[in-house]
Amino acid sequence: MSQSSSSHNAAAGHGDGMQAHQGSLRSYLTGFVLAAILTIIPFWLVMGHAFSSTKVATFVILALAVVQIFVHVIYFLHLDFRSEGGWNLMAFVFTAVMLVVVLGASVWVMFTENALMMPAQMNSTMSVPISR
Amino acid sequence: MNTTAVDIASNQPREYFCRTEPQAHNGSLLGFWFYLMNDCFIFSALFACVAVFGTSFAGGPTAAEVLDLNGLAVNTALLLVSSVTFGFAMLAMARQDKRGTLTWLAVSGVLAAVFVGLEIHEFVGMIAEGAGPERSAFLSTFFTLVGTHGLHVTLGVLWLIVLFTQVVRFGFTEANVRRLRCLSMFWHFLDLVWVGVFSYVYLIGVLR
Repeated sequence: MSQSSSSHNAAAGHGDGMQAHQGSLRSYLTGFVLAAILTIIPFWLVMGHAFSSTKVATFVILALAVVQIFVHVIYFLHLDFRSEGGWNLMAFVFTAVMLVVVLGASVWVMFTENALMMPAQMNSTMSVPISR
Repeated sequence: MNTTAVDIASNQPREYFCRTEPQAHNGSLLGFWFYLMNDCFIFSALFACVAVFGTSFAGGPTAAEVLDLNGLAVNTALLLVSSVTFGFAMLAMARQDKRGTLTWLAVSGVLAAVFVGLEIHEFVGMIAEGAGPERSAFLSTFFTLVGTHGLHVTLGVLWLIVLFTQVVRFGFTEANVRRLRCLSMFWHFLDLVWVGVFSYVYLIGVLR
């Protein structure tokens, strides 16, 4: 099985692989323009103080960063459903899910803990049952 | 035993190793992609630290006081342009254009080296102001994350210098083409991580 698949790759995979990873002038320039726009907007937001609410600005910057990451992955790293028989994409999706878990859970746990450690909270919730 | 008889008959020493590598074509590229995804985990752990300790200033300087957004804009532009020029180098390689490839590689390398230089300048300035990594949890995580990224870029520049020499001496051999492809992925990946750094650590850090 491994014999036949590797000989198949050697024969047919070479050209495909080149195509899948090379990109074109057009894709690089499109990616550059999109990335530049997606970079300039958050800089302008923060440096020009062009926002009324910090929360909204934070959300907008995060959303633009996520979009820009996808622009980079598609136009610079040329990730699509076909490259490496879909394994690239599988690994990418797995990583993305794990990142959401690691980042989301860390933030969730630590902020909950911080909230519970506040002195005011401590008095109201923890003083009653244990020591008396 | 039976096998020794065969060996004596053929009069050849027996081999216990492979003469060819059982490697799939383009296997390195997929393997390198897996490495990059692993690298994402290092950065995600550091980003999680920044998320948790981003406002732990310990009475020291806040993010808005120490982070220089003008320098950041220059650094971001350098890295983005260097990513695109590396793409041009790959396009030149596809045309078998050695001179073009080397030119664009040199441009990318110089841009990234300037990026590292500016970052070191920023770090030295911050430490001189008393805002070094030991000052607060925020500054520790800041230096660790941005420093780890800077270290990656530094190693990328070293790798580029090595491959530049390889291409000058040996041209587009199959191994060199494969290595350049891997470096190209590394290069674009570092620019991708930088998007997270400038958005989350700097821009949102200043707002927090």
